[in-house]
Amino acid sequence: MSEKVMACRCEDVTLDEIERAIAEGSDDLESLKRYTGFGTGWCQGRQCVTVCARILAQRTGQPPAIPITPRPPAQPTHLGALAALAKREG
Amino acid sequence: MRARVVVIGAGIMGLATAFNLARRGITDVLVVDQSYLCGGASGRNGGGVRAQFSSEENIRLMQESIEICREFAAEMRINVWFRQGGYLFLTRSAERAKALEESAALQQRCGLNTRLLEGREASRIVHELDVTGIVRASFNPDDGVVFPWPFVWGFARGARDLGVQVATFHAVEGFVTANNRITGVKLRPTRTGEVARGESVLPAGEAFTVECDEVVLCAGAWSPGIAAMVGVSLPNKPHRHEICSTEPLKPWLQPLVADLSDGLYFSQSMRGEIVGGVSLEAVPEGIDQRSSAEFLARYSASLVRAVPRLASVKVLRQWAGCYDLTPDGGPLVGRVSEPENLVLACGFMGHGFMMAPVMGRLLAEHIATQETSELFARWSLDRFRTGKLVRETMIIG
Repeated sequence: MSEKVMACRCEDVTLDEIERAIAEGSDDLESLKRYTGFGTGWCQGRQCVTVCARILAQRTGQPPAIPITPRPPAQPTHLGALAALAKREG
Repeated sequence: MRARVVVIGAGIMGLATAFNLARRGITDVLVVDQSYLCGGASGRNGGGVRAQFSSEENIRLMQESIEICREFAAEMRINVWFRQGGYLFLTRSAERAKALEESAALQQRCGLNTRLLEGREASRIVHELDVTGIVRASFNPDDGVVFPWPFVWGFARGARDLGVQVATFHAVEGFVTANNRITGVKLRPTRTGEVARGESVLPAGEAFTVECDEVVLCAGAWSPGIAAMVGVSLPNKPHRHEICSTEPLKPWLQPLVADLSDGLYFSQSMRGEIVGGVSLEAVPEGIDQRSSAEFLARYSASLVRAVPRLASVKVLRQWAGCYDLTPDGGPLVGRVSEPENLVLACGFMGHGFMMAPVMGRLLAEHIATQETSELFARWSLDRFRTGKLVRETMIIG
């Protein structure tokens, strides 16, 4: 049986990859997000940010970081619905 | 501590310069950045790499940059997802069409495979495009897109492997000068409780000064503020630009599409997302990396006009970064007269990422040999005093 543990399901990032990225120097949450891609997939971090922040805090001995910058929109939104909001100025 | 060269800004421009310096044997280089890698425009851009420009120097430089991109993954052992799907430029007025024709003719003389299309022919390149109102289009199949982040990491790792120090989370606080030269750069750690990072030789916690022979300013939108600390007044201004990304789709969009009428551009990443932006008229100048609802609405309207069937696709995320704009649309490159050992590499108009692979080589060559080139003279800060301005009209986003 595989020992693979997923840290971010959307972007297929394993716990092992998170640990390795921290060890290689991505030892702040924003760098870790960029280096591993966690939190950038369909769920936009709802499932994985806290897990990754906790691992980071444990490995570095630093207090947990503030959450990564939240990116709007709050939920996936149709381009068509957003387009209707624009004032058509020609 | 001391370093022969201090590079300010660990974006792609600074890292490419440091890497090329090290490759020339100048390894005593310190690259500093106030934030993390990819925290500025190098981590926030659309990844476009194109040679379709309106000025000959930009066309020729970008031909070389594209060649470097083609070799980058193999040489640097990192996947940058470089995909040459071409750039399709669209125009919606006779005036812009004429400018596009002139640019395309120049590009062809420079050896590009650019071809001009009638408006309706644009749908031969992108079938889903609504060609209503498109007057002329141009397509260069050799333009492409990269995933910006690994490109930055590739240069950072390559530079570090050759002995360069990359100090993230260190802000420039000031300079020490003597006899019209910078003799030291004052740095301050920007995060507390420094975590031991590899073999860093930097003192932890407090501010310190790094003595140096040369300083290269590659801080993009932050450059004017840093130059001001040493009494240099730069004419470039930071200007927020926004981008958004959709849910991943199956691969269907080959080129990056750019509409010169409203600054819309969009491409499909290797992960399947549609990534793009649009120009907004009234964005106040200044460093601002916040997202706006206005952008999302304008971009969506413009994108859905270009490709109506995208209306049913969902936006997942948006973000912002800063363009670094100059009054004439050309960058600021090379030495200033005072202090004489400050080399500029900023003001790249939102094209800094794609130009960095070639500019890093040229900047390293200049620092290593001290020889100036015609290009550096054209792009010097001095042109705003002499009035010999440059011109580039193919600017999007």
